Amino acid sequence: MANADLILIQGSNMAECHPVGFQWVTEAKQRGAKVIHVDPRFTRTSAVADKHITIRAGSDIVLLGALINHMIENDLWFKDYVTHYTNAAHIISEGFAGPEDLDGLFSGYDDELQGYNNETWQYEEDPDAADGIAKDMTLQHPRSVFQILRRHYSRYTPEAVEDMAGISQKDFKYLADAFAENSTRDRTTCIAYALGWTQHSMGAQFIRTSAVLQLLMGNMGRPGGGIMALRGHATIQGSTDIPTLFNLLPGYLPFPVAGKHDTLQDYFDESFPQDQKGFWHNGDAYMISLLKAWFGDAATAENDYAYHYLPRLTGAHGTYQTLMRMFDKGVDGYFVLGQNPAVGSANGRMQRMGMANLKWMVVRDFQQIETATWWRDGPEIQSGELKTEEIDTEVFFMPAANHTEKAGTFTQTQRLVQWRHQAVTPPGDARSELEFFHDLGKRLRERLQDSTDPRDRPLLDMTWDYPVDEHGEPDAEAVMKEINGFYTTGPDAGKPLDNFNQMKTDGSTAGGCWIYAGVYAGGVNRAALRVPGDKQDEMAQKWAWAWPANRRILYNRASADLDGKPWSERKKLVWWDEDATKWVGHDTPDFPIDRAPNAKSEKGVFGPDALSGDDPFIMQTDGKGWLFAPMGMKDGPLPTHYEPAESPVSNTMYPQQESPSRLLITAEGNQLAPASGNPGSEVYPHVFTTYRLTEHHTAGGMSRFLPYLSELQPEMFCEVSEELAEEYGLESYGWATIISPRGAIEARVLVTQRMKPVRAGGKTIHQIGLPYHWGVGKEALITGDGANDLLGMTLDPNVFIQSAKAVACAIQPGRRPRGEALVEFVNEYRERAGITEMTGQSRLTYERDPETMEIAEPPTLSEPEHHEGDKLV
Amino acid sequence: MSRFSMLGWPVFRQTKSKDKYGRGPSVESPKYENMRPRTEDADDVVQSVCPYCAVGCGQRIYVKDNEVIHIEGDPDSPISRGRLCPKGAASEQLVNTPSRQKTVLYRAPRATDWEEIELEKAMDMIADRFLEARENHWEDYDEEGTPVNRTMGIASLGGATIDNEENYLIKKLFSAAGAVQIENQARI
Repeated sequence: MANADLILIQGSNMAECHPVGFQWVTEAKQRGAKVIHVDPRFTRTSAVADKHITIRAGSDIVLLGALINHMIENDLWFKDYVTHYTNAAHIISEGFAGPEDLDGLFSGYDDELQGYNNETWQYEEDPDAADGIAKDMTLQHPRSVFQILRRHYSRYTPEAVEDMAGISQKDFKYLADAFAENSTRDRTTCIAYALGWTQHSMGAQFIRTSAVLQLLMGNMGRPGGGIMALRGHATIQGSTDIPTLFNLLPGYLPFPVAGKHDTLQDYFDESFPQDQKGFWHNGDAYMISLLKAWFGDAATAENDYAYHYLPRLTGAHGTYQTLMRMFDKGVDGYFVLGQNPAVGSANGRMQRMGMANLKWMVVRDFQQIETATWWRDGPEIQSGELKTEEIDTEVFFMPAANHTEKAGTFTQTQRLVQWRHQAVTPPGDARSELEFFHDLGKRLRERLQDSTDPRDRPLLDMTWDYPVDEHGEPDAEAVMKEINGFYTTGPDAGKPLDNFNQMKTDGSTAGGCWIYAGVYAGGVNRAALRVPGDKQDEMAQKWAWAWPANRRILYNRASADLDGKPWSERKKLVWWDEDATKWVGHDTPDFPIDRAPNAKSEKGVFGPDALSGDDPFIMQTDGKGWLFAPMGMKDGPLPTHYEPAESPVSNTMYPQQESPSRLLITAEGNQLAPASGNPGSEVYPHVFTTYRLTEHHTAGGMSRFLPYLSELQPEMFCEVSEELAEEYGLESYGWATIISPRGAIEARVLVTQRMKPVRAGGKTIHQIGLPYHWGVGKEALITGDGANDLLGMTLDPNVFIQSAKAVACAIQPGRRPRGEALVEFVNEYRERAGITEMTGQSRLTYERDPETMEIAEPPTLSEPEHHEGDKLV
Repeated sequence: MSRFSMLGWPVFRQTKSKDKYGRGPSVESPKYENMRPRTEDADDVVQSVCPYCAVGCGQRIYVKDNEVIHIEGDPDSPISRGRLCPKGAASEQLVNTPSRQKTVLYRAPRATDWEEIELEKAMDMIADRFLEARENHWEDYDEEGTPVNRTMGIASLGGATIDNEENYLIKKLFSAAGAVQIENQARI
């Protein structure tokens, strides 16, 4: 980031949420960079930025789409980069139609699928091309990605930005000019985002829009460019790489799905097609190495490396789907590990009510967090919805060891794997997760040791013999060695792998997470490398280890031009050394090291060998950065603006209000407010957006129990504009009650000029800021109502993350009712709005012809309604 | 209190001792002379990483008699260059705050309060319940008759605050047991 010339921070309050990381933004500024902050709130990030632009929460695709349009129409895009390094020249199949043609939908929408079939989004074939894909290098073909992109974003104009995002045309011009000036051969722009982009029902598409923009402007794979995901937990990156996530196996290998991946061959055919380019071609070696790491000698060529030992998915089994299963008594036991869903997950009331349906749960933490005490102190005990004496759930609180009391690695937000040495041993009964689960596994195996049931074979056959110290703590380095991978046979048996290219399909290698291969190369714990920063260059390659292969900037071949020369001296990173005939530079080149820049792939060659010299995006099946995504996105190949669920604004971009493929959970307790234009929408006329504070961490388990942090930030509050405060008579330090269809919470009022109403869709929209760190209980030093109790569960269909940043609400002065009266209060609002379980649950805004997907009775798009100063009835 | 004396006047002291910026002898005292950093008594200093957000700031943990006595930023780290935010700077309290729960607690069905139980006993109870829940909701086939070999009776949530090696064992153990509902904060 320090090398950027423009930093656009959008969907993040980096200065407050990642204060120490923000020093690199400051550093960039000192080197002359410009910083622009786009956010619904004015924060400390805005205060030190060159400019803050207030945006209406949830309208990010309109703004970014307008930047794309501006760059194309004014010929400001990076031509050499786009023509050769992206799929701009690729031609899309004849059957493709976009929102311009289909009133807001892409071709392939199927209401029964609750989303899209992507058959028509594919590339047109060209049997003469080496890679089989039809292209037009002039980018003029009407079905070329570039022309489709141009048409798709043509309606994303500065006027649309003003109307939908509430941003003036002057501010838009400032942003567009800065972006264009700082995206050239000599200059690069970096985009940083955080939960302000992910926590939307179209979060993945927000990020895709920024990727399209960065590719179009040639900012990917270059120093000071790229897209920075600012993540909020010490190893939230690591827990995605080595996933405690249902849909993945380590290293982003898909978790097998019944009916699709029934045999190992099915799994390979579907996941790693062998007639395509790139490193996923070798997915079979990564998968077989994983199975060898898990099941050792029981995984043989004859039994397909025990592939049948893995359970199968039959749909989404994410945390919110699991919650719904709890209500059906479909889940007996629940482990909660260093997380506080009673406060931190969407729809807090349903989270707690769900736990009351469990037979047992295990909470592993440092303190008695609200997830451990809801049965005694939770809000539903106070409201009378639950009675302690009637809750059957058994709860085990198992004290956990903290970061000083165990050794191991965290992977931070730039993929850097950092080792922590153990400083002390844990106190009392406290144990690490490593010891707890190793011990639990041993106990399960002891109980099953005489079993002849085939279903117990995976547990009995898995490799589980990790060396332990005198306290019973397994050796984390031994686990790391297994993750890194090692040879299983031959003269090198037991020797750690140096990199993932050494992984084989014949069972001669094992490796628990292919992208981490190399972290233990040569038997050296590279995550523990600690050459001080001031004793090495800016890339700091001798401080810890970044996956993959200690690369610090991904796809860095794109930092050089077609001939392999840096785009400019100023932005030099890796380049082709003619004499040595290999790629060299300041970073580990992210490209086959000896593949010349002018190398051309040949027909009939696949995998990494098929990468041409101008295919920098080596994980993609065509080696190109995808402006248009023929696959991988469930809700469309190009990001398209739809309104968030229950938005008070009508979508004037298309006659389709909300994303037709958003994931809905229809249930009592998860009702939605009526969207704009529907009766009852005026009952919840405002929008709240949740956020974090510097002094607290997520749901407070690691901060509200600490005296210093509790004193610094003691009480739940809401941020409101002076205009909204005047409308409702809200006073600073007084109380306000915020109401959604899911619940009502109270908060201290902070009236501030940092919040400004925005004009959008012809209405004045008031945005309310709510930190979400507080929860109701008796154990924390500070307690308060939880903002997440207001959230519903409407999910992004790609990643199943809930919408938390643009949610409908009402506000009134004073404290909320107590006891049973609170339930009645929330119901009364719902009744007034006429809400049923089915409100907001139809995916299509208008009825359509099932064949053509055309709107049966086209609506007359009326002028936006004007509700100046909406008030509660 | 002693009587006012011109000789004790700070400006006089500063001028007399030629201490131009007031950071030398004119502001020293016996108390100051005898002050020692608490880190001086540490038996050991180990390099670590802050457990809060994903910036990954370097920490130095000062240890005496198997207790953490101080945590500060690691100036060697090229990421953080010695800095910590309020949370990182407060992380000594994460270790030592008196409210930390160090014993196993158990809440029986319908009970109104916790009881303390032995760690060994709790582990056995959890292992028994794990196998029972696994059995109760075991599925050999899906509705189409395709093998699924899984249990829906056990779920897990958490992983973003614990180590890679720990996540690895959790994923391996649950997958081998047939449990698929494994999730963490990255979904939220």
